[in-house]
Amino acid sequence: MQKRSIVPIIYILFLLLPIYWLVAMSFKTTNEILGGFSLFPQTFTLENYKVIFTDPTWYWGYINSISYVTLNTVISITVALPAAYAFSRYRFLGDKQLFFWLLTNRMAPAAVFALPFFQLYSAVGLFDTYLAVALAHCLFNIPLSVWILEGFMAGVPKELDETAYVDGYSFPRFFATIFIPSIKAGVGVAAFFCFMFSWVELLLAKTLTAVAAKPIAAIMTKTASSAGYELGLLAAAGTLTIIPGAIVIYFVRNYIAKGFAMGRV
Amino acid sequence: MKTVNQKAWFFVLPVLVLVAFNALIPMMTVVNYSVQETFGNNIFLWEGLTWFQQLLTEERFYKALGRQFMFTGLILVIEVPLGIAIALSMPRQGIWVPVCLVLMALPMLIPWNVVGAMWNIFTLPDIGLLGYFLNNVLGINYDMTQDPIAAWVTIITMDVWHWTSLVVLLAYAGLVSIPDAYYQAAKIDGASNWSVFRFIQLPKMKPVLTIAILLRFMDSFNIYTEPFVLTGGGPGNSTTLLSIDLVKRALGQFDLGPAAAMSLIYFAITLLVSWLFYTLMTKDDLN
Repeated sequence: MQKRSIVPIIYILFLLLPIYWLVAMSFKTTNEILGGFSLFPQTFTLENYKVIFTDPTWYWGYINSISYVTLNTVISITVALPAAYAFSRYRFLGDKQLFFWLLTNRMAPAAVFALPFFQLYSAVGLFDTYLAVALAHCLFNIPLSVWILEGFMAGVPKELDETAYVDGYSFPRFFATIFIPSIKAGVGVAAFFCFMFSWVELLLAKTLTAVAAKPIAAIMTKTASSAGYELGLLAAAGTLTIIPGAIVIYFVRNYIAKGFAMGRV
Repeated sequence: MKTVNQKAWFFVLPVLVLVAFNALIPMMTVVNYSVQETFGNNIFLWEGLTWFQQLLTEERFYKALGRQFMFTGLILVIEVPLGIAIALSMPRQGIWVPVCLVLMALPMLIPWNVVGAMWNIFTLPDIGLLGYFLNNVLGINYDMTQDPIAAWVTIITMDVWHWTSLVVLLAYAGLVSIPDAYYQAAKIDGASNWSVFRFIQLPKMKPVLTIAILLRFMDSFNIYTEPFVLTGGGPGNSTTLLSIDLVKRALGQFDLGPAAAMSLIYFAITLLVSWLFYTLMTKDDLN
């Protein structure tokens, strides 16, 4: 038992090394970085972080990213809940085909859709808004949410529904006050995956925004090319993009593995 | 037993509308481009299947496709067994479980271009931790901007770093769902570790492993941002995967027709391989 725990430990060290290097770099001055190799920051500085927290083009990037990610999570879960309920409780014309079609949308390369998305969202006047990115990310987050939620809902016995109707509950009241609370772990897991995939996706987010809704990750790319070789600043910005994900994952740590396992194959 | 109820369609309708808006309209735009020639100013000429024929006889396309299959094949061969091995050696209960899961999931939560940038910083020959270590401590001449093999090793290592945890999480979820009674029965029969794995753990993990392999196939086959940020497709064209080649055509050269034709073929290949794999893996369950 003790001997084999060496494998996860080595693996986690391997995962943490590049992250450590990014964090270490963010506390170094540009001079130190370009001056040569150093394992730990020699002249520890918070200057890089200060720039990000005082310059609006930087910190607005974070606000933009968090805004559209949150909006996307809310939209995805809201529409996926009734759909997943329908898939888990009823048979209807074309249900299997529809379910498979939803999943195929995860297979389309984002690179394929970048240009048509730009034209579509420009045409409907949503270009450079949070809503545009949030709706675009629905393409892969809604199918995933339906899939995960359906798995959790299938685990709730049908008697729960029937008892509630006998007790005189209307459907909306039953759904909101009894059913959703009984699958709240599933909602948490689905929300986590929506958050994750919307947070890490960049190609579509970058294509659909210009100034007002530009995500932080896109600002990093732009700064990397225009401001020359400011590695310390880039490293600080990169480090800050890890934090929201780390916070979210901490809250769902006990459910995350379960989420996928319950989805049906 | 599910009841037949056609009104369930009303529950599915919002999902259908939103996904169709995002999937069908852009897809029709791509189909539209793929059969036309454009000279800007919204002037389009009918070209029929010219772009498809041109693409399918072109060496550049096959080379990018070959590199794409090589990349996906390599990462699957590494990540799936490695992920299973790590999941098997993880603790089943106790305070270390959430710690392991949170730390392992961390790479998946980093924006993709940050992943690329992070690995770039990590592998710089003069000031990156890995690059410096390889060059100056081990004395291996490592520079991925010059050497195609070094570039390949780097993008593969980056993907293993980025996504092995997905396989671990899924395999682990399959493992913890096995009831203790199975292990006790195996112990009574005097089964070896290998037979426990082969006849209990592996079959029980099959559904989640199917999901894991399918997700890893789809995502690695469509990968763009990370290798683009890390190597930009170079040195030369050595790491120009299919998606990088596609974006070069569409946005770099603005060849919308050929790029659209390529998108459709690309999508069809992904769909076909996923479907074949899915059918193969679920065939036994039906019989």
